[in-house]
Amino acid sequence: MSGIPNSLGVGESRFDRRRRLYGTLFAWMCGAATLVGVVALAVLLMDVLVDGLGRLDYAFLSSFASRFPERAGVRAALAGSIWLLVLTALIAFPVSVAAAVYLEEYAQKSWITKAIQTNIANLAGVPSIVYGILGLALFVRALGLDRSILSGALTLSLLVMPVIIMASQEAVRAVPQTIREAAYGLGATRWQVVSYQVLPMALPGILTGTILALSRAIGETAPLILVGAVGFVAFTPNGVMDEFTVLPLQIYSWISRPQDEFRELAAAGIIVLLLLLLSMNAVAIVLRNRAQVRR
Amino acid sequence: MDRTGAPSRPLLTARTGRHLKERAITAVLFSCAAASTLVTVGVIFVLLRETISFFGEVSIVEFLTSTRWEPMFRDQHFGVLPLLAGSFLIAAGAGLIALPVGLMSAIFLSEYAGLRLRRTLKPILEILAGVPTVVYGYFALTFITPLIRVFLPQTEIFNALSASIVVGLMIIPTVASLSEDALQAVPDSLREGAYGLGATKLEVSTRVVVPSALSGIIASFILGISRAVGETMAVTIAAGNLPNLTLNPLESMQTMTAYIVQASLGDTPQGTIVYQTLFAVGMTLFLITLAMNVLSQWVLARFREEYQ
Repeated sequence: MSGIPNSLGVGESRFDRRRRLYGTLFAWMCGAATLVGVVALAVLLMDVLVDGLGRLDYAFLSSFASRFPERAGVRAALAGSIWLLVLTALIAFPVSVAAAVYLEEYAQKSWITKAIQTNIANLAGVPSIVYGILGLALFVRALGLDRSILSGALTLSLLVMPVIIMASQEAVRAVPQTIREAAYGLGATRWQVVSYQVLPMALPGILTGTILALSRAIGETAPLILVGAVGFVAFTPNGVMDEFTVLPLQIYSWISRPQDEFRELAAAGIIVLLLLLLSMNAVAIVLRNRAQVRR
Repeated sequence: MDRTGAPSRPLLTARTGRHLKERAITAVLFSCAAASTLVTVGVIFVLLRETISFFGEVSIVEFLTSTRWEPMFRDQHFGVLPLLAGSFLIAAGAGLIALPVGLMSAIFLSEYAGLRLRRTLKPILEILAGVPTVVYGYFALTFITPLIRVFLPQTEIFNALSASIVVGLMIIPTVASLSEDALQAVPDSLREGAYGLGATKLEVSTRVVVPSALSGIIASFILGISRAVGETMAVTIAAGNLPNLTLNPLESMQTMTAYIVQASLGDTPQGTIVYQTLFAVGMTLFLITLAMNVLSQWVLARFREEYQ
C-alpha cells in the first residue's frame, strides 16, 4: 500500500482525504456499473411492452401467420415451440441424466473419463449456429429427416445436453455420501443405490437444470433456421415429421419486414415468448426452493 | 469416480443374474456418456468433409487473404476477411462495454453489496442472460439504432455500433458472474491483512482482491468475447448483411454467423459452392471459438492462485 503515515493527532491529511474521496467515487462507479444491466433490462421490457401490448389478444394467439398484419397471429409458432420443447425434453433428458450418473457414480478415474468431461465442457461453449450446421448435414440431409420437427428437436437436444449433464452432475454430487454408504450397508447393488437413493434426492436439482437449459432452447433461432424451420406455416403440426415454425423464428420473420405493423406483431410475439420463458423459470425456482427446504 | 467402494463382484454364483443386470446398466450409462464425444466427432467430421470439397474449388490463400466476400454474385469472391473483421469488430465493441461493466458489477456484488442487495441483483442479471437473442435484435433495431441516429444522423439503419451495444449488454452477465465467482474465491484473510496495513476498501479491492483473482477474471473476459463472436441473431438483425471491410462502426457489416444465416435462408442445394461456404465459414467460427474456450480454461488452470 502507498503508506505515508497519517500525522498522528493532527486529523486527516490531504493525502488521506483524497484516498477516501477516491474510495467513495469508486464505490459509486461500481454501483452504477451494476445498474447498467438492470436499467438495460427495464428499458428493453418497456420497449417491447409499449410496442406489442396493443396487439396482444386472443385472436393473436389463435390466428395463423398472414400476409395481412391485422389478421396474423402466433398459433402455428406457439404450437411448434411447444412440440419442440416436449420432444427435446424427451430426447435430451434421459440421455443427459444417464451420462451424468455414469460420470459421477460409475466412472473410474481414467483418461477416458477425463476426456469425456473435458469434451462436455467444450461442447457447452460451441456457438449454437454450429449445432445448426451439424443438424443440417446430419439429420436433415444424411438421415433424410428433412425439415421436420424431429430434425429440429434432435439438433436442440445436442445443444442442451452438455448443459443438462453438467447441472445433473452437480445435483448428484450434492447427495451426501452417507446415504450411499447406508444403502450399500443394507446390501443394495450400485444400481439400486443410484435408482432408489441418489436419483430421487438429486431430482429437484436435475429438473431445475433441465428446465433452465430447455428455456434456452426455446429461445433459440439460429440453429432452427439452419435445419429449415420456416417463417410462414399456416397449420399446427400433427406429427414429428411435419414442417414447423417456432416463436423466435416467427418473430425474426416479422422483424425482417420494414412495415411498422409487422414490428408490432414482432413485439407481441416477443411478449408471448417471454411469458412462456417466465413460466418455465417460475417452475424451476419453485423446484429449487423445494430442494433447499428438504436439505 | 469410485468413492463408494461397493463390491464389484458378487460373493455367490446364485447372484449372477443380478450381476449381469448391473453390468448391462453400466454399459448403457457409459454409452450415454460416450455419446457426447460422438457429437464432437460429428461436428468435426461434417465441417471437415464439406470444407475439404470447398477448398478443392477455392484456394486457401484466396479464402484467407482476399478482401471480398461475394459468393452469391456471378463474379464470385471468397475472401473471409470481411466476415472475420465484422465478427471481431462487433465483438471488440461489445467487449469495450461488457468487460469493464461486468468486472465492476462483479466487484460491487462481491465486495460492496450487502447480502440482501446481492439477492435482488443477481437474479436480475440471470434474467438478462436468459433473454432470447432475437429479442435483443429487436431491441437494437427499434430502440438503440434510432437512439444512435438522433446523435449521429449519418448512421445506417443496419450498423455495427448498435450490434456491439446489444451484444455487450448480452455478455455482461457472463463476465459479471464468472468474475464474481473468482473474487469470492479469494480468502478473507488476504483482505483482512490489507485492511490491517491501513488500506482503504478501494485499495483492498483493486490491489489485493482483483490481482489475486486475475486468472478467473481473464478467463471470464475470454469466454465473454468468445460468446460475442458466436452470437448470431442479434448481430444479424442489427448489423445487416453487407460484407464490408471497414472500421466505421456506423456502417452495415456482416459477421460469420450472419452470413451462415443469410446463406441458409435462401435455397442452397447440397453440393453447390454456396452450400459448401456454410461449412467453410462454420469451420472458421468453430475453430476460433474453440481456441478461445480452450485458452480460457488454460488461463484458469495455469495461473490459478491456490489458497488454503
